[in-house]
Amino acid sequence: MPRIRWHILVFLAPAVLVYTAVMIFPLFNTLRLALYDEIGQVRVFVGLANFETLFGDPLWADAFWNALGNNFWFFCVHMLVQNPIGILLAAILSQPRLRFAALYRTAIFVPTILSFVIVGFAWKLILSPIWGIAPGMLDAVGLKSLFAPWLGQDGTALTTLALVSVWQFVGIPMMLIYAALLSIPEEILEAGEIDGITGIAAFWKIKLPLILPSIGIISILTFVGNFNAFDLIYAAQGALAGPDFATDILGTFMYRTFFGFQLQLGDPHMGSAIATAMFGIILLGVCIYLFGIQTRMRRYQL
Amino acid sequence: MNKARRNPLNIAAAHAILLTYTAIALFPVFVILINSFKTRKAIFREPLTLPNEESFSLIGYQTVMQQGDFFLYFQNSMIVTVTSLFFILLFGAMAAFALSEYRFRGNTLMGLYLALGIMIPIRIGTVAILEMMVASGLVNTLWALILVYTASGLPLAVFILSEFMRQVSDDLKNAGRIDGLSEYTIFFRLVVPLVRPAMATVAVFNMIPIWNDLWFPLILASSEATKTLTLGSQVFIGQFVTDWNAVLSALSMAILPVMVLYVIFSRQLIRGITSGAVK
Repeated sequence: MPRIRWHILVFLAPAVLVYTAVMIFPLFNTLRLALYDEIGQVRVFVGLANFETLFGDPLWADAFWNALGNNFWFFCVHMLVQNPIGILLAAILSQPRLRFAALYRTAIFVPTILSFVIVGFAWKLILSPIWGIAPGMLDAVGLKSLFAPWLGQDGTALTTLALVSVWQFVGIPMMLIYAALLSIPEEILEAGEIDGITGIAAFWKIKLPLILPSIGIISILTFVGNFNAFDLIYAAQGALAGPDFATDILGTFMYRTFFGFQLQLGDPHMGSAIATAMFGIILLGVCIYLFGIQTRMRRYQL
Repeated sequence: MNKARRNPLNIAAAHAILLTYTAIALFPVFVILINSFKTRKAIFREPLTLPNEESFSLIGYQTVMQQGDFFLYFQNSMIVTVTSLFFILLFGAMAAFALSEYRFRGNTLMGLYLALGIMIPIRIGTVAILEMMVASGLVNTLWALILVYTASGLPLAVFILSEFMRQVSDDLKNAGRIDGLSEYTIFFRLVVPLVRPAMATVAVFNMIPIWNDLWFPLILASSEATKTLTLGSQVFIGQFVTDWNAVLSALSMAILPVMVLYVIFSRQLIRGITSGAVK
């Protein structure tokens, strides 16, 4: 019989125990709870009935598809606005011998460290028609007619919040792309210069292909982050994700369902069903990335 | 340096874009801070001017001090963040050492198991976590939060730290073994001091999300005695919506500690991200 090396066990045990007990076990327990329901104060196994309610009952299904659709739009805005801006800023910052680069970097990262509560309320105040900072500033450039209470209207509230979230998190793609750009060896760029590829052409033809793997990682981080987002919407619009659920995403939908709000009682089993759906969506996204995108991406050895 | 890459026009354009974006990034923070020191009238009449003798007022901060228990919230946030970081680093480093130092059956499998949590957000398991905390009586205690943040921080910590621990020289550890040091002494005396920079990176990565989290404090510890600063300011602002002085002052007071931490740790954070620790 091989000697048991106790110290390995001692080193591993605390992390594995805490991680298993507080993260993995509840995760699977939540997936299990989605198959149960409470009937007369007793927990009863009901199979897929909760999912039938979630997708079949028009009241639930409408709310779910609304939240999922909103969540997709939230993600699209991030991909279309946050990541291009992040790449642009990183490309500019990575220019050799740019002055004050560290200062810009530090300042642009500031919103990322603020809590959603601060960000949500700060923008709510700034965009508020009562305070008048936003209309006042638009007035100064002669565009006052463009102003509307963006956060209060069905059509614009979600996009506005997505842009606020973009404002907050642009620092992360910027930093990661910046790191990727710095790791491109000088010789490659010089070789390009000799062939007459400089400036913007060098960015499109040499740098961009080399940083594609980083862009892939950022996309999947954005995806996972967006599909369990909650805090910003809750801080700015409350649990009801107003106006008229226009800003409801999966995180707020799950919170309302399992924790209850106002007059509706919380339902942990329906909450678990929604959590299971979120789990499936995130898993699907991660798998598409791992097997569909990451393996097909061309990598260049530097 | 090549001329094409040092075109003065390009440089001017680069600075223009960066300055514009810096202004966009800092503007909301700036507006909140300056207006928190003004009278109510001045907040509405001239929101964009700095407070002067006439418009200066601390009335908002007085309301916050009287009505909200911000010192308690701050203390709770501190306890939760520091304790969670301590456990993440201690347990994470120990597990990372076991995985990177010893060959044993199931090593790779254990590494994969621990890495699972990097991509899956812990929030998915909230329903069962809440039930577990209620059953064990930990709900509305700071321990509930500490446990959750420790568990969710461990996967990335183990991953980053084991990468770094593989680089610690084997000769050093073997020399220690020949001198009769136990495996525990080798870990605490030799390895931990050498990976201190990586531990600092892990700490900084985890610090900000823990400090800023609203979800778990709201669900697991929303009692008055256990509110964190993030939840406390959320609730306070919700109650004082119409008192603009108080709201702006509360926001400023919530911004302050994070900014102080950021100024202290920004170099570490930026170096951590740009050195590819999260690749």
